This record gives sequence, C-alpha cells and structure tokens, in this order.
Amino acid sequence: MKNGQTGKVKGKYGKYGGQYVPEVLMPALEELEEGYERYKNDPEFLAELDHYLRDFAGRETPLYFARNLSKKYGSKIYLKREDLVHGGAHKLNNAIGQALLAKYMGKTRLIAETGAGQHGTATAMAGANLGFETVVYMGAKDVKRQQMNAYRMELMGTEVVPVETGSKTLKDAINEAFRDWVTNIENTHYLIGSVVGPHPYPVIVRDFQSVIGREVKKQILQKEGRMPDSIIACAGGGSNAMGIFYPFIEDKDVKLIAVEAGGKALKCTEKAALHSASLCAGEEGILHGARTKILQDKNGQILESESVSAGLDYSGVGPELAYLSDIGRVTARYATDDEALEAFHELSRHEGIIPALESSHALAYLKKASEAGELGEVVVVNLSGRGDKDLETVLSLRGGI
Amino acid sequence: MERQKISEKFSELREKKEGALICYVMAGDPSAEKTGEIVKALVNGGADIIELGFPFSDPVADGPTIQVAGQRSLAAGMDTQRYFELIKTLDVGIPLVCMTYYNPVFRYGVEKFVEKAADAGISGLIVPDIPVEEAADLKNSCEKHGLDLIFLIAPTTTEGRIQKILERGSGFLYLVSRLGVTGAREDVSSSTRELLSRVETGLPKAVGFGISTGEQAAEVRDAGADAVIVGSAFVKIIDEGTDVNERLEALAKELKSGIRRAS
Repeated sequence: MKNGQTGKVKGKYGKYGGQYVPEVLMPALEELEEGYERYKNDPEFLAELDHYLRDFAGRETPLYFARNLSKKYGSKIYLKREDLVHGGAHKLNNAIGQALLAKYMGKTRLIAETGAGQHGTATAMAGANLGFETVVYMGAKDVKRQQMNAYRMELMGTEVVPVETGSKTLKDAINEAFRDWVTNIENTHYLIGSVVGPHPYPVIVRDFQSVIGREVKKQILQKEGRMPDSIIACAGGGSNAMGIFYPFIEDKDVKLIAVEAGGKALKCTEKAALHSASLCAGEEGILHGARTKILQDKNGQILESESVSAGLDYSGVGPELAYLSDIGRVTARYATDDEALEAFHELSRHEGIIPALESSHALAYLKKASEAGELGEVVVVNLSGRGDKDLETVLSLRGGI
Repeated sequence: MERQKISEKFSELREKKEGALICYVMAGDPSAEKTGEIVKALVNGGADIIELGFPFSDPVADGPTIQVAGQRSLAAGMDTQRYFELIKTLDVGIPLVCMTYYNPVFRYGVEKFVEKAADAGISGLIVPDIPVEEAADLKNSCEKHGLDLIFLIAPTTTEGRIQKILERGSGFLYLVSRLGVTGAREDVSSSTRELLSRVETGLPKAVGFGISTGEQAAEVRDAGADAVIVGSAFVKIIDEGTDVNERLEALAKELKSGIRRAS
C-alpha cells in the first residue's frame, strides 16, 4: 500500500473511490485511463505541460513568508501563492493538464461545470488557448451571482449554459455536465475540476495539482532547511488540498490539515445542510461516480450544502481525502462563514493580500490552531486563490462600503 | 395478489410469440395514492412489466422529464419505507421492477433494501449507476432473495464488457438504444439494430431510451427486441396532469399493438 492506494483494485482508496456511473460512460473512463497512463510519463507531453505551466500559468508560484502574520501568531507562517496563478487560482494547473491530455487523445470539445466560476474560467482559458470548442455548465443561481465570471468565460469563446434544474447550483451543473458527456462521448472530454468523480479523475486531478506540493517541498527546504511542521489547506472537493498534501504523505512528521466550510453551523435542516463539511460531518455514500463521504439524509437523498464560499459549497469530497482522513493521515477541521470572513479581512489588512473566501477558511483555522499552539514552528498555508472574485459577496454581507 | 417472476412473464409471452411492453413511471408521482391508479391504467393498456422508479435527488442517467418526476415524488414525501409500503398495496399480478440509483440502496443497507423489496413483491432491480465491476454486494443480495438484477448495455459498451454483463445479468437485458439520457425522441436510431445484433444471449433483450410511439415500438420489435421499455412518454402525461389515466391506458394500448403488429 503506497500513498493511499490499496493497489488491489484500481481507483480505490480503502473503501472509497471506484466507478459508479452509467454503463454508457464506462468505455470513456477506460479510454481516459489508458490515455493518462500512456501520456503521463511521455517526455513530449510533459515538456509541453511544463511549458504551459511556466509561461502561460506563471509557475512556479512563490512560497511567501508572511512576516506580519508570523509575528502576530508567534510561528513562521508561509503562504503558497496559488493566487498568483493566471486566472487567480490553482484551478488552471489541472485545467491545462487535462486539456492537453484531451488534445493528445484526439478530443475536440471540452465540457466542464463550475460553481463560483473559477474552474469554469480555468477551463475557458485552457480551451481557448488549446483550440477547443468549450461548454461550461453553471447553475442558473450561480450565473446570476457570478455574472462577471460568466462574462469572462464568454469573452474567451466558451458557451456558458445556465442550469435550471434542481437547486440550480453546482451539483445540478455537475448532473447536467454528466448528461452532456453521456450524449457526446465520442468527441468530448469532461474536464472535472476537483479530486472527485469516478476513477481515474481523482488520480488525474491530484497528479496535476501535485505540482503545488512538489514546489513547496523544494522551496521550504531552501528557506528553512527542513520540512514544515504543518500544512493547512481548505477543502471543498479537495483539489488544492490533495495537490499540496500529496507529495508530503510519506513525510509522517508533517501534519496535514484540511479545513472545510462550516457555513452557518455544523447542523442540517430536513432538506439542506447549513455547511459543506463532508469530511467532518458527512456519511459514506455514492455521489457523482464515487464512493466517498457525502452530505445526505437518512434515505440517501443528497442534501444541498451551504457556504459563504461558492468554491467550497459542495455536498461531497474527494475519495482519497476521505480515506486519508479516516486513517488519520489528514486531520479534518472546519471554519464557519464568520471565521472565514474575519480571516479574509485580517490577511488583507496585515499582508496586503486579498485571499479567496475558500482560502480564508484555511487562514481562519490557522488563527484558531495557532492560538491553541497546535501547529508547530513552521507552517505552510495554501493560498489557493485570490479574493477579487469575492469582493461583491463580502461587500453585500457588510451591507455596502 | 401473487406476482409473476420476470422469467415466467417472458416464457408466457414467448409461447404467444409476443413481445413485452415494459412501462416506467415514478412511484409517488404525483402522490402515492395516484400511483395505484396509474399502475392499473398501464395494466389495462397492456403493460407486461412495470418499472416503478424510486426517486433520487441527483439522477445522472435520466433526462429532465424523469428528474422533475422524481422531485415531485420527493416533495410529496416519498421515502424508502413508504415506497415498499406502496408496492405492497399495488393490486397487480405482473412483475414489478424497482429502478433507482445506488446511493438510496447503499444508504438504506444493500441487504436490507433487497430483502424489503423482495418482501414487498418486487421481482427485479435496475440501478443505472452501478456497473458490473461494483455490483458484487448487490448481486449477492439479489441472488439470496430471488430478485433479478438487470444490467444496462449501451452502444458504447465494448465486447469484453458485454461478456461480463451477460455473465452477471438476469431477468432481462436493458439495451440503451442510443447515447444520451432518458427522454422521448422522434426516431429510432440505427444503433438499436446494431446493438441488438451484437448481443448474443438467452436472456430477453429489452430496448429503451427514446421510444414513445406504437410505430417506434413496432420498429424496435422488428429489429429483434423481446421487449420495449417506455418511460418518459408516460411520465410526461402524468406531468401534464389532464385525463391522465385514460391517456396512459391509450398510449400503452398503442405501444402494445405496435409490438403485436411487428414480426
């Protein structure tokens, strides 16, 4: 057993993972798995990927020593600056990787789904650059809430389809993307944006995002001459968390902490959860192609989730993260909307960096755990994205300037 | 009323040299009470087997018609317990099949779900988001309690996978006539013919996805199908809400006569 894979059954992490999809998709998953196995070590593919990551996405991103925050909390706090990736979030690492893979596999059309718009934007950028016809599904509610992001995608030639079914949010957009894929499977690659979905997606997305953790490992050795004591990342589906954690899984002394969206509170009504904390408060089930921890009622109906941060607002979590949390390698924690908002303001004020509301959850936990003295001397926080996209949300919560 | 097994129904029809009409509706849409009348109307119209959907909040293999039906059913209070109670009250002798997604089954407990289904008089199960590779637990429980586990085969299914599915399937095989999700379409795709000829099995072959008229049913039967599955066209009538039972019966009659007219 290495790095969370049992090695016995493909795509399984303990009891999690697998492929729970309609039969019509199985050959597409097999084709994708073959394609990935074929190209993931191909020198030409890797050289091209490296070129895009460096010159288009702007890697490597800095590991920034947050002097003021460090002073305040009495430890050495580093921020991994994924907010500086082109587009403003780590999402492009994966979008470029998968789009390039799709191109090598001869696909001509990309589809994706998006909640806040970060993954949709990343897909639109990759699609425009690599010459794909691109369609992004977005809940009708989210299109309204995130008009600028929808417009950005359209500027780059992507068709944005508002989804009117169900709760009109991310999980409905995912269902719609699956339907499109089922219908257009021959020429279309479904570019999943997080470490969720049926095998091989959780592996592919994790591998493309692992560039974050690999860079951190190198950078922290240069700066501190040793491994960090703790790494903190926010987790909705969990792609930035798996991306920064994965290269450290075998480094048992490094504490890995995934911070989920605690929303208003860690409670549920009959139809909805007031949070998005699947690791902390979800139960085992099957959603969007994988067995993992999900928010559901006693009849197995999926509960709508809630978070001030659209990017964390999802009823499931990546299966590998569920497994790592079960075996105790990853510690799952949560921060509420209010705590995240406080951290959002704090980082802006003290470091001159406006964090995404997603990343603000990781920062909020940093504050709590630092005060409790749980993190050790050297701490890395994954700053998964920048907060420009969230200004309207924050402003409306404050009731204006 | 004692309900027939799926295999008994098909041997009865084989003797009559007749194809089967399999009708799908969502249980509890628009209410549990109405489902009884709906099922009766379909039986009067000539349904040979009825699939009763158990709603799931996130049905990735279904089109909008059936998704909305599921939402209506959930809003009307359908849950696992009520579903089995409803099935027990249905006064029909033909086989009933439960169609749902894996999470409601998994959450309730696979073994318990299958046991209760058998107890309620369900003859078979269709779970479209569970490929053969993940179906071992469900298959074991179904064998233990005498339920057929019905698998789907799609136009994209490779020869190797067809063999795996044939080894594990029972009751009948559900052939998906085209790429896409459930929902009425205007033509019967040529991929139907191709798929029917690719699948060699002793199990009855039922074709579904996109069939809504007697003409299409006749065509599918002519192409070599043992049964025709129709869902969205019925669900649409229930959705429209006017003269529901009469129209369901009339459509079932039209479909059944199309199936009889063929071959």
